[in-house]
Amino acid sequence: MEQLPRPIPWLSDRPTTPTVFAEPRPIRVEAIVAATASAPAVAIPVPVVVHPAKKKNKLPGSGIPARTSIQILRWARRLAQAGFLLLFLFLVWRTEFRGTFAADTADAIRMPYPVEGFLLADPFVAILTFLSTHQIYRGLAWSVGILAVTLVFGRVFCGWICPLGTMLHIASWVRPSRRGMKRIEANKTRPYQHLKFYLLVGFVVAAVFGWVGGAIFDPIVIAVRSVGLAVIPAFGYVAERALQGVASSNVPALQTMSDATYDFLGDTLAAIPARQAYYHETWLIGVLFITVLVANRFIPRFWCRALCPLGAMLGVFSRFALFGMKKDHAKCTDCNLCLVDCQGADSPQGGVKWRQDECHMCLNCETACPEDVIKFGFLPGRQKTQLQPDLDRRKVLAMAGAGAAFLPTTRVSDALDRNYHDRLIRPPGAVEEREFLERCIRCAECMKVCPNNALHPAFFEGGIEGLWTPILIARIGYCEPSCVLCGDVCPTGAIQKIDERQKLGIGQPPIRIGTAFYDRGRCLPWGMDTPCIVCEEFCPTSPKAIWVLETDVVGRDGTTVHLQRPVVEPRLCIGCGACEKVCPVQDDPAVYVTSIGETRSRTNQILLENTNYNQTS
Amino acid sequence: MSQAVSRREALVRIGKAAGVLAAGGAVARLTFDRGGIDVERQSGERIVRDFGVRPDGERAQMAIARSADGRASPEALTRAAVAAMGGMRRFVSRGDVVVIKPNIGWDRVPLQAANTNPEVVATIVELCQDAGAKRVVVTDASCNDPSRCFQRSGIWRAAHAKGADVVLPADRKFRRMRLRGDLLDDWPVYTALVEADKVINVPIAKHHNLAGFTAAMKNWYGCLGGRRNQLHQSIDLSIADLATFMRPTLTVVDAYRVLLRNGPQGGNLDDTARRNTVIASIDQVAIDAFSATLIGRDPETLPYLKMGKERGLGTTDWQSLRVREVAV
Repeated sequence: MEQLPRPIPWLSDRPTTPTVFAEPRPIRVEAIVAATASAPAVAIPVPVVVHPAKKKNKLPGSGIPARTSIQILRWARRLAQAGFLLLFLFLVWRTEFRGTFAADTADAIRMPYPVEGFLLADPFVAILTFLSTHQIYRGLAWSVGILAVTLVFGRVFCGWICPLGTMLHIASWVRPSRRGMKRIEANKTRPYQHLKFYLLVGFVVAAVFGWVGGAIFDPIVIAVRSVGLAVIPAFGYVAERALQGVASSNVPALQTMSDATYDFLGDTLAAIPARQAYYHETWLIGVLFITVLVANRFIPRFWCRALCPLGAMLGVFSRFALFGMKKDHAKCTDCNLCLVDCQGADSPQGGVKWRQDECHMCLNCETACPEDVIKFGFLPGRQKTQLQPDLDRRKVLAMAGAGAAFLPTTRVSDALDRNYHDRLIRPPGAVEEREFLERCIRCAECMKVCPNNALHPAFFEGGIEGLWTPILIARIGYCEPSCVLCGDVCPTGAIQKIDERQKLGIGQPPIRIGTAFYDRGRCLPWGMDTPCIVCEEFCPTSPKAIWVLETDVVGRDGTTVHLQRPVVEPRLCIGCGACEKVCPVQDDPAVYVTSIGETRSRTNQILLENTNYNQTS
Repeated sequence: MSQAVSRREALVRIGKAAGVLAAGGAVARLTFDRGGIDVERQSGERIVRDFGVRPDGERAQMAIARSADGRASPEALTRAAVAAMGGMRRFVSRGDVVVIKPNIGWDRVPLQAANTNPEVVATIVELCQDAGAKRVVVTDASCNDPSRCFQRSGIWRAAHAKGADVVLPADRKFRRMRLRGDLLDDWPVYTALVEADKVINVPIAKHHNLAGFTAAMKNWYGCLGGRRNQLHQSIDLSIADLATFMRPTLTVVDAYRVLLRNGPQGGNLDDTARRNTVIASIDQVAIDAFSATLIGRDPETLPYLKMGKERGLGTTDWQSLRVREVAV
């Protein structure tokens, strides 16, 4: 009996269910042939009908293939997943300004298409910002579309559209560590799946109190942030280093090859950026992304099942879905084939209720089911379906309490009101800090689009509530005065969609993000009697905020040096940080920008003329 | 059971150990750093990229095309200046790869006169192609975001329309080079600029707050990558070093609209003025000396011109050249 092929190979430690063979169905030819081969002594009549072609894709159980419509739908799902993932990656990769020969000098520089489209269609982002600001910001109205799809078909977003979901789907499919019975066990509904609902409760309540940081857990936000700030820059780095290594080999043939690859990747495809991008403490973003990917080796789609608040939210709405699963428990042979590739761990198998709130609508279970137990269709009966998670009321209340307590506790830490971090320089057009935290979902679109690599994910500069919100690090890149792209791609209005006239201050005061200060001890003309004034040269305002004090100084050896010593005029400084970026004192620049004087704040000001305590926000 | 190994096995094991030792020794021998961190600065001849043509004793060394009434276009002025020099065929031969180096340093529109006039650049591109150039490249290493500078200066569009290859700078296009200048030695050099048969420098005449006035010689800052901001500590010497390194085939200074104050970046239209002039020359010192007078600077006050003269790059006494002045 050892060699006898079983209908379900991984059930070798269990006795084969006799019904499999007892059913009045076509005889499993290959099983008998194999049995004959392995036990020649037993005289079994060799069947006449042999289909060698069927041997390849033999179907276990009754051997009846799934309905054609379901097979087509499953392929449609795979195509949709691939298409949406590629579209998503394309949009993140194109979230940068490249310029074009076709443009006129007067053309406004904007993104040619909505590169932040996936975020605009994200209902979790829409709900969080709606709760904190009581309005749906512009393009976020698109998220109603995803909600509408959920109300008809359930969580198809998770199974068909979500780019992070597809990445995790692929990660759980490529060489999983758990196979066979272990994988079936891993795909059964487990209590850990409640966690995402509890998280959702906490995030939603915190949003009501004015903090939308829960969006850090949003799958689209994770995907944009991880791909944009870690994967793409790392790819560029590796490609650059590899090609640079080949180019420095001093073998002419290799150099030519390297140059050609460079030109193709860099200029034709624009796959290698012109300048290597660096992001503040982005290692953490990369490590967390890899962790989320690797978790799939052990529990398929662990993130989606356990932690994703968007999935939880769509799960809440999926109870109204018109499309769903019909189960015929009587026909189930407990083969568990439906569980092998189940994405949502939503109990498709017989004997238990199907979990509509967990199902990703991937349709793998119906395709796998050999006995016609599972059938998807419109308006299924609900006797065999559980529509909502069986949450523990106390835990829900505890999470709601935690969400409510989060903001007051962080606000009485010093970061926001009193001990304001001087390097918390927000992008131009950013709204006042409290409103900013009501809007910023930390998606990193602004950081990816910034042409000068000036915007970075904050670590704890803005307190824990400001984790991964955008800050300007002028040492790495300054704010390009005529550029308004960060506001152009911001999906929630944390950075407003300002235009060039507002930013440059044509016919109105310019938008300031901070003020520059000199450290005269480190400044070459001030502290070392050496000519420099690169800062004055780069100062983009007109008239320049940096002016020079002309002076003659007698040096140590008695010679006279003519010096131009730079001075900031705070009334004119917009805080762009060009001076800090180009200061030749590399490690700790002699001129640096801090946030004081920023237009968005009425209290963070130096000059009396800019301070207006009566102004409403 | 005996613990003894066979002779064969013993030899194999000893052989493996010896092999690993030999390989380790070989790697150590090959990669042993004899220089240490304090390698002596290499001495030697200064590196020069000379794309120049020799003065031929009859044709003009400098040409000034001016429009007294200001009606002539930058294109007409450029064509007149190059024609007065003897035409582009004097400089560009059939099949040449020509690199044109305008000033595309700043995120400014043409009216602000911080970058070379796009019409002047486009005209030079056209003249080079008419002279039979195989490929005409237009490039610069910008100060602001290159995409923005190339687009908003109008040079990308104008040069592309005439069929030039407009090359944007990128990290990978810079290679370290030993220049062996008085000040500048080991610097990343912009390969797109130096890999050419002919190089035409097309700067704009501008005020510069540190250097006083800049046009042709200072335009070679665009050759360098790396920490260019340190050059300002000795701006005159670094300009002279770069102009010694790069000897262009031809220099065309755009003085159609010049920047009088707040250079090199400008920004305010009140700081600009029309001079309706385009100058061409094979002498980059002389052309700077003359152009300086257009914004009211005395060439004698510009130390880098004096250094250029002392190094034999040209003359500050531009009147001593064969100058042709053309009214357009």
